[in-house]
Amino acid sequence: MRLRAFCWLKTSWLTMGAVLLIAAGWGVAASGVAGAQDLKSFEQRITTKVLPNGLTILICERPEAPVFSYTTFVDVGDVNDPWGESGLAHMFEHLAFKGTTQIGTRNWPAEKVALEKVEEANSAYEQEYRNPNGSDPQKLAAVKAKFEEAQAEAEKYVIPNQFTEVAERNGVHGLNAETGLDETQYFWSMPENRLELWAWLESARLSDVVPREFYKERDVVMEERRMRTDSNPEGRLFEQFASTAYVAHPYGRSGIGWPSELSQITATEAMDFHKAYYVGANIVVAVVGDVKAAETMPMLEKYFSKVSGGPRPLKMTTVEPKQFAEKKVTIREMSQPIYIEGYHRGDYHDPDDAVYDAIGDIFSNGRVSRLYRSLVRDQQIAALAVGESPFPGSKFPSLFLFGAVPLPGHTPAEMADAIHKEIDKLKTADVTDEELAMFKTRARADLLRGLGDNQGLADALAEYQTRYGDWRELFKQLDRVDKVSKADIRRVANKVFVASNRTEAWTETAAPAQEPKPAAPAGGKAGAQ
Amino acid sequence: MKSSLATRLLGFAVACSVAGGIAPAHSQESKPWEKIPIPALREFKPQEPKRIELKNGIVIFLQEDHELPFVSGSVLIPGGARDEDASKAGLVDLYGQTWRTSGTAKMTGDAMDDMLEAKAAHIESGGGEDSTSVSWDSLKGDADQVLSMALDLLFHPKFDEQKLRLAKQQLATAIVRRNDDEAEIAGREAAKLVYGADSPYARQPELATIRGVALADLQAWHDKTLGYKLIVSVGGDFDSAAMEAKLRAALEGLPPAKQMPQRHDEFHAPKQALYFINKEDVNQSNVQIVGLGTVRRNPDVPALAVMNDILGGGFASRLFQTVRTKLGLAYAVGGGFGFAYDHPATFDVEVLTQSATTVKATRAALDVIGGLDASPFTDEELKRAKDDILNSFLFRYDTKEKVLAESVRLEFYGYPADYLETYEVALKKVTLADVAAAAKKYIHAEQVAVLVVGNASEMKPGLEELKLGPVHPIDISIPGAPTGGPQGGENQQ
Repeated sequence: MRLRAFCWLKTSWLTMGAVLLIAAGWGVAASGVAGAQDLKSFEQRITTKVLPNGLTILICERPEAPVFSYTTFVDVGDVNDPWGESGLAHMFEHLAFKGTTQIGTRNWPAEKVALEKVEEANSAYEQEYRNPNGSDPQKLAAVKAKFEEAQAEAEKYVIPNQFTEVAERNGVHGLNAETGLDETQYFWSMPENRLELWAWLESARLSDVVPREFYKERDVVMEERRMRTDSNPEGRLFEQFASTAYVAHPYGRSGIGWPSELSQITATEAMDFHKAYYVGANIVVAVVGDVKAAETMPMLEKYFSKVSGGPRPLKMTTVEPKQFAEKKVTIREMSQPIYIEGYHRGDYHDPDDAVYDAIGDIFSNGRVSRLYRSLVRDQQIAALAVGESPFPGSKFPSLFLFGAVPLPGHTPAEMADAIHKEIDKLKTADVTDEELAMFKTRARADLLRGLGDNQGLADALAEYQTRYGDWRELFKQLDRVDKVSKADIRRVANKVFVASNRTEAWTETAAPAQEPKPAAPAGGKAGAQ
Repeated sequence: MKSSLATRLLGFAVACSVAGGIAPAHSQESKPWEKIPIPALREFKPQEPKRIELKNGIVIFLQEDHELPFVSGSVLIPGGARDEDASKAGLVDLYGQTWRTSGTAKMTGDAMDDMLEAKAAHIESGGGEDSTSVSWDSLKGDADQVLSMALDLLFHPKFDEQKLRLAKQQLATAIVRRNDDEAEIAGREAAKLVYGADSPYARQPELATIRGVALADLQAWHDKTLGYKLIVSVGGDFDSAAMEAKLRAALEGLPPAKQMPQRHDEFHAPKQALYFINKEDVNQSNVQIVGLGTVRRNPDVPALAVMNDILGGGFASRLFQTVRTKLGLAYAVGGGFGFAYDHPATFDVEVLTQSATTVKATRAALDVIGGLDASPFTDEELKRAKDDILNSFLFRYDTKEKVLAESVRLEFYGYPADYLETYEVALKKVTLADVAAAAKKYIHAEQVAVLVVGNASEMKPGLEELKLGPVHPIDISIPGAPTGGPQGGENQQ
């Protein structure tokens, strides 16, 4: 139950771009895929079926061991959060673990009535809390008490965590979900003899979710925000960076939600969100492992037909306007310096998508990469330096991101200068034949390596089926990789890496405060709530 | 790249986990999911790797896997950071980095990078707590050449001054940044409370200790540890007979492996006490409740594993049910009584909660831990925990790669090759009485230290409300680092 964007970013920083191609869309292709697994052998092992409600089921037979993994890929993320409700997609994802009208409840009809009263009580609380003339503390306390009473009443009908308990008792492995700005994914692995049980659980939570324990879970997600963003120097930096780089598109909005908005999301809003976006046409379910499509498809069809068949939501209207002013953000605080900068680029459909992958690979992948050799090995000013994309999502026009971690005694300004010099080289001279060939070889090998893992394969197949309408694009992408030329790289570098298209953000270490601080907490004054 | 720096950047990988209290006496009339048939699982016998023991003691594992056209391998070498001289803490880390980046007499590390990356292949070296390693992977067609290069690196490293300098820069960066992230501080300082600040299992490299590491130290470490019992493993798309011949030719001529000296560490459970580290730039406290764990050889481990599942091992565990689901006080909460292969691990329960609710959440977690003794385990809990563990046991060996890694691990720590099978049998036999006895024997409130990392100015009530005695501040300032970064209290605890 993680937020995806930051996890991805950190993962890719960890390996200096090695996983970039996988995370960013496996920029690999079919031509020349040698050996055991290629497009042709996959065509024989993959079955897809679009149900009458629009939902796509994809099965990939890989009977290595009596297990399977699945990914449910819902084409909705925190970019779809309505204004004033940032964090809603992620909040809903948490709700999807709370059970249904059949699981997690002692008495659904009674619980339903109790939950309606919770909504009424919350509504009354909000009326007072958001009173334009200011709330009356006494009234507020009274409605709050009623709200808490209503929740306590509803809780009487709850069997806590029953949905996950059933999954756990049946041998689930790697149970989790991730909400990104672009999409929401639910996934786990199980022994193959639990396939039907899984289909029951998964189809139930997609079609029959209820607003159970919503407000307590909202507190849990507030803690998740404190952990990932507020109490983490990189979390703070990236949130400020993205919100500066974008002026209109929700890629600039906090994915986990701004505290004031997240803390006021309601169960009603979450259920409305579910109704609009959790429709068959917006969902792909991929299953990989010891599963026979011919035998199991009718059973899967029976369960997943329960998902609502409403219309596929329209694309959002907002398009980020062209940036014309260079922007800079400086955070002065007590942690060590980090430097990042980003340039607006196109979305994953951009004809130059593979060119960006090539630049990312040549700049960041391993100890042969340009930024490593320049900033880390030769100039010895950085411990880590990378340049890669897309950030913070890929479905909409995104950013090409550069970043560096200075060695002790070196400054963010030196990182910026050194990165800009490397960018200038890319604009004025062609990359070498060896660099370009290396990118293409590694792209192909990375795609192949990913095919040996049920969960990774389920993720990739579901993502490609959603984004391109055809999982084969996972392999066909290699054609675009093969077409990248030196001239493409120079052209794209000159077009995109210009100061007026740039946002820089960095942390500077602030001098420690002079006055002595209390050594131990003694109650203190009011803190963040 | 540098693992410690990588860990830094990764921030925390806090796994949300579990446990608590409300025994669900279901009054559901229908449980439709229980009507779904669960057929017998297809018969599955994982493919065991071929084990070859050379006369000199070196052990080779070969695991063929022809699904994809890759070959990967590693050589595991006994001896790691716990065995380095305290005055040179960081040596093994520096060794693990410098070994590969330096290269060999035949080929510099940089030239190796160029050659390997052009083939999408890798050779890496690394240093850990109890071992070091050289590992490699490549497409099948390049496998012979990459194996030769890896063996050349294994036997003929040429440690390079410039590369040691780069490694020191990486490590120094990690050291001066080690107080930026709250979770890193909490994990590190909690280990010190359990093992002692100077213990080989908790001490940390300092700017001064890495400064003292010279090229000759790396060579000496290499010469010493290469003489111990090496474990070689290869997996992927190759022919075992041909691979065996190649490895025999390369390794059979080595002198008999020397016995690695036994370690004689002493371990003492911490005393109950409350410790605090102030960090002004956070709004969430990281609470660690820690004690001494045990060794995997301990026959009580199966019972402890079941106890852990009930305490903190999943959504249905007591900690998760209470602190997260019922109270809404944490996103990350969980933990358990740890067991390592050859030394006592830690008992560690973790709770992350907003500053203002630090006392409430800590108290809730302590009550759950204390309740292990007081509120009896139920049949339902036992059954649930055993279902969790046993029904997912298959995922310990569902890929050939995992089976190979497990074989290497058991060989390295001297466990029987059928350990997983016997462990599974033992888990099945665990009774309610076993779990209760384990909790009674191993969970002692007076042997648990509580560490809070958080923002004092936001905590209300203050930590004294925990009633765990005086609050001991811990000084985490970094010797020799430029000032800045969070400061701990002034007194060394």
